[in-house]
Amino acid sequence: MSAEAKELEFLLEVGVEEIPAWMIEGALADLKRALQEGFARFRLSSDAPASLEMYATPRRLIAYCPRLPAQQPSSIETVQGPPQRVAFDAQGKPTAAATAFAAKMGAKIDQLEAVSTPKGEYLAFRKKNPGRPTVDILAELIPQAVLGIPFPRTMYWEGKAGPRFIRPIRSLLALYGGRVIPCSIGSVRAGSHTFGHRLLGKPRLAVRDFAGYQKALRDNYVLIDPKERRARILDGVRDLLPSDDGLRLKPNEELLNTLVYLTEYPTPLLGEFDPSFLALPDEVLVTVMKGHQKYLSLERPDGTLAPRFVAVMNRDDDATGTIRHGHERVLRARFSDARFFWETDGKIHLELRLELLRQVTFQSQLGSYFDKADRMRRLAAAFAVRLGHTDKLEAIQSAARLAKCDLTTELVKEFTELQGVVGGLYARREGLSEEIATAIYDHYKPLTIEDASPRTLAGALVSLSDRMDTLAGYFGIGLAPSGSKDPFGLRRAGNGVIKILVDHALPLPLSCLIEDAASVYQSAQAQGRVPDWVRETVLSGLGPFLVERLRYYLQDVRGFAYDEINAVLAAGRDDMVDALERTAAVAQVRPTENFEPLAVAFKRIKNILGQARRVHGFVAGGLDPSLFEPGPEAELYERYRAVAELVSRQKQEGDYLAALEAIATLRPPVDRFFDAILVMAPQENLRQNRLTLLQSLLQEFSTIADFSEIVTAEEKKAGVQ
Amino acid sequence: MPTRKTARKTKKSVTTFQDLILGLGEFWAAQGCILQQPYDLEVGAGTNCPETFLRALGPEPYRVAYVQPSRRPADGRYGENPNRLYKHLQWQVILKPSPAEVQDTYLASLEHVGIDLRHHDVKFEEDNWENPTLGAWGIGWQVMLDGLEITQFTYFQQCGGVDLDPITVELTYGLERIAAFLQDTDSVYSVLWNEKTTYGQVRWQEEQQFSVYNFEMADVAMLWKMFELNEQECRRLLDAYRKLEDPEAQARFPVLAAYDLILKCSHLFNLLDSRGALSVTERAAVIARVRGLACGVAAAYLDQPRPSNSFTSIPREATIER
Repeated sequence: MSAEAKELEFLLEVGVEEIPAWMIEGALADLKRALQEGFARFRLSSDAPASLEMYATPRRLIAYCPRLPAQQPSSIETVQGPPQRVAFDAQGKPTAAATAFAAKMGAKIDQLEAVSTPKGEYLAFRKKNPGRPTVDILAELIPQAVLGIPFPRTMYWEGKAGPRFIRPIRSLLALYGGRVIPCSIGSVRAGSHTFGHRLLGKPRLAVRDFAGYQKALRDNYVLIDPKERRARILDGVRDLLPSDDGLRLKPNEELLNTLVYLTEYPTPLLGEFDPSFLALPDEVLVTVMKGHQKYLSLERPDGTLAPRFVAVMNRDDDATGTIRHGHERVLRARFSDARFFWETDGKIHLELRLELLRQVTFQSQLGSYFDKADRMRRLAAAFAVRLGHTDKLEAIQSAARLAKCDLTTELVKEFTELQGVVGGLYARREGLSEEIATAIYDHYKPLTIEDASPRTLAGALVSLSDRMDTLAGYFGIGLAPSGSKDPFGLRRAGNGVIKILVDHALPLPLSCLIEDAASVYQSAQAQGRVPDWVRETVLSGLGPFLVERLRYYLQDVRGFAYDEINAVLAAGRDDMVDALERTAAVAQVRPTENFEPLAVAFKRIKNILGQARRVHGFVAGGLDPSLFEPGPEAELYERYRAVAELVSRQKQEGDYLAALEAIATLRPPVDRFFDAILVMAPQENLRQNRLTLLQSLLQEFSTIADFSEIVTAEEKKAGVQ
Repeated sequence: MPTRKTARKTKKSVTTFQDLILGLGEFWAAQGCILQQPYDLEVGAGTNCPETFLRALGPEPYRVAYVQPSRRPADGRYGENPNRLYKHLQWQVILKPSPAEVQDTYLASLEHVGIDLRHHDVKFEEDNWENPTLGAWGIGWQVMLDGLEITQFTYFQQCGGVDLDPITVELTYGLERIAAFLQDTDSVYSVLWNEKTTYGQVRWQEEQQFSVYNFEMADVAMLWKMFELNEQECRRLLDAYRKLEDPEAQARFPVLAAYDLILKCSHLFNLLDSRGALSVTERAAVIARVRGLACGVAAAYLDQPRPSNSFTSIPREATIER
């Protein structure tokens, strides 16, 4: 076997003080990408990237490649020397120029050869560059790849001359073919040792290869594979749960994943709490358990919470029960606090808390939450009136007015993520109607685009009024998001607006949402509040912003093609629900045989009309059916009228699919028309009439979608965008 | 990775509150720390003490440990909540520069005070620290012992708006929590301070009375006035320092006194907050004012020549040798 064909294993372990759990998966993916790019850049075996395995624990990032060639493949480089006529004299003997070049190349004259170039014949040497040893390449690549991992907030630990990373790097295991790759990160030099579990393992373990590495760590209470740690948690929980009472984990993927990356050797334990705490709402109990304590909660077969919890230790067992006792003690204190807050908060009703909201700033230029609550109430009412829900007006207004009151409660101050939920629970406890309580409870929903919208109409309108108030406010004081920056979460607020409109099928045009929100601010301004707010920037900026959110929703969330979205939005972008229905119809009719050819025809029509406007100053007039020639022209006119009537009826019924299918039937007559008829006829009256027919066709049938925006399969092939 | 220091076996069955303090003192003294006494001004956290905030600035190595009573008026509960206190005691350790084995040394300190880690679960969970009033922040963790947060572990990155070099590591132990854990009691007030006396007997009255004062009786107008007087005095000093050119005059200039004035402002601010006297806009503005002063002091402190006229020529016997 030649040296180049030899393939050896590569193992890297970066030992770090505990990396925040939520960052580890991302960091590992970034490290993998950097190593793969490095392998590709240095032309190390092409199948190497595929076989790069990554593992991690809170204290280590690990990369392993079973086979990596020992050397870069060699390459041939042609070095050009002097021109032939200079290199050899009249007798054909090499001149000083030739011998000097040969010497420089470390070659004999007869190893040189002639190459022809556009400038003539030159002397040249084909120099073979041996590939660099892989170990050298890795020594260069490792520090770059590791320190290149982008983290949200990095730190120094060795002073400003030292490296920056998410937490201090304390050890570096870097082996190629069992030998140390000579490199270092900051003051840490690569070696051939790893370290075991902080409390249970040996601090220094010699490593020769990956198999030995895995075994040494396993023997020292470190499971490097997150999948294995996850399985260990789940298997452990299964063993802990008594089989007869049907308890099961309340699903919480996010927390489970956190626990996987918070431990090197996870072992679950089962704890109990006093059932009297079950008198507190489940939401509060679960939040206390998962938020600060990172405990998984358990539910009974009927879905109610059990007075049990699962804590995951970063060690092998709890032989003496000391750890369980400790966790139960902490949870008792936290539940007691929560109960205290739950009880004392009840002494001040939501209605009385309105006044306290004056002390809570929403945004310094937009006033307090008291001001916001008042604007939300008016805005929610305006929406309700527009939708004709005057019967629910009172409940909706109450909910909007009281929605933010829980910001002054101790429970929300302690558990911020329960905002809204706590308000809803308190509203119910105070005996406010279920309609109001649910609307308050849900009004931060949807938290993300995947999250559900509020369950009720009242909840939807309160959430909508909250978001529109925030958007109109921030846009009005010039704090619209720019570029990738969105410090106030306005895009998320905008996404929520779209999602609520669509999920609740609310026929509220964007222009009305913006108009109403701006009006509410305007009347606040008339009373001397929000002096810095400017109406014009809201009216000019918020519309395009929300359309952008709609585009995001249609494309990234619903998966529609960008050209279908363009076509639909070009035909109207004010009514979100309608836009979604139109897009769905376009997507559905698109694969049918007539659709794309019709799109081509529409583009053609658009071009013809554009040119006619430019060249002939064409302006559409009245149609004169008597001027149509019998045959394709008259036929198109007939079909146009028949389809137009059909489409207008179907559109009124909201059956966009049928309307589009009807429009698609125009394709044969349109094609026949273009085959047989010269649109730009020399006679002006004929030309004018034909152009007007095309114009009518275009106008009439572009109200669902502008077909000329559709990128056809042909165009895609040709690279036309 | 370095070896963890082996644990000292504790002999007594109960570790009292003062045993805990003595044990930590013994441990950290052996690590080369100066054992300082608590700073004698009200502070919201041990970090605010000059022994932390100012010592973290500049290049000189330093190691210090001390108990610091930390007062957070808004956290008072009239002595009625078993876990929440207006004033609690922190054990503060400052190591500059941060040693590579600091996590292991820290764990050894827990063993030293009687926490046998063979029977416990320890996790380092992300928790970065920030004090906007002092223009300071750091990166680190809360250390969780069987689900209980017992220590804040921070690598300082900035103090008074100044990037730190070298990096200082700060360990802040919550003494009441650790004692309650060691004694397995649910209320801080029943923690044994020594064998005969409880924490409640020593401190309960103080918790009650200061809660009454902080929440109900502190005179807001007077607090504002005192805040402004201290602020003016601090600003006057900083302005005066900026005008100095003579190194000798700079060297003897009371920058440390200017810093004390900031600490007074900071505590008055906390009192105003607990009286509910700060609107949110005021709050932000006052924080920015105090931060401005803190940054000014940090800059002056770094600029000021040391008694020996330079950082590097401090007499060797005055530096820490490890």
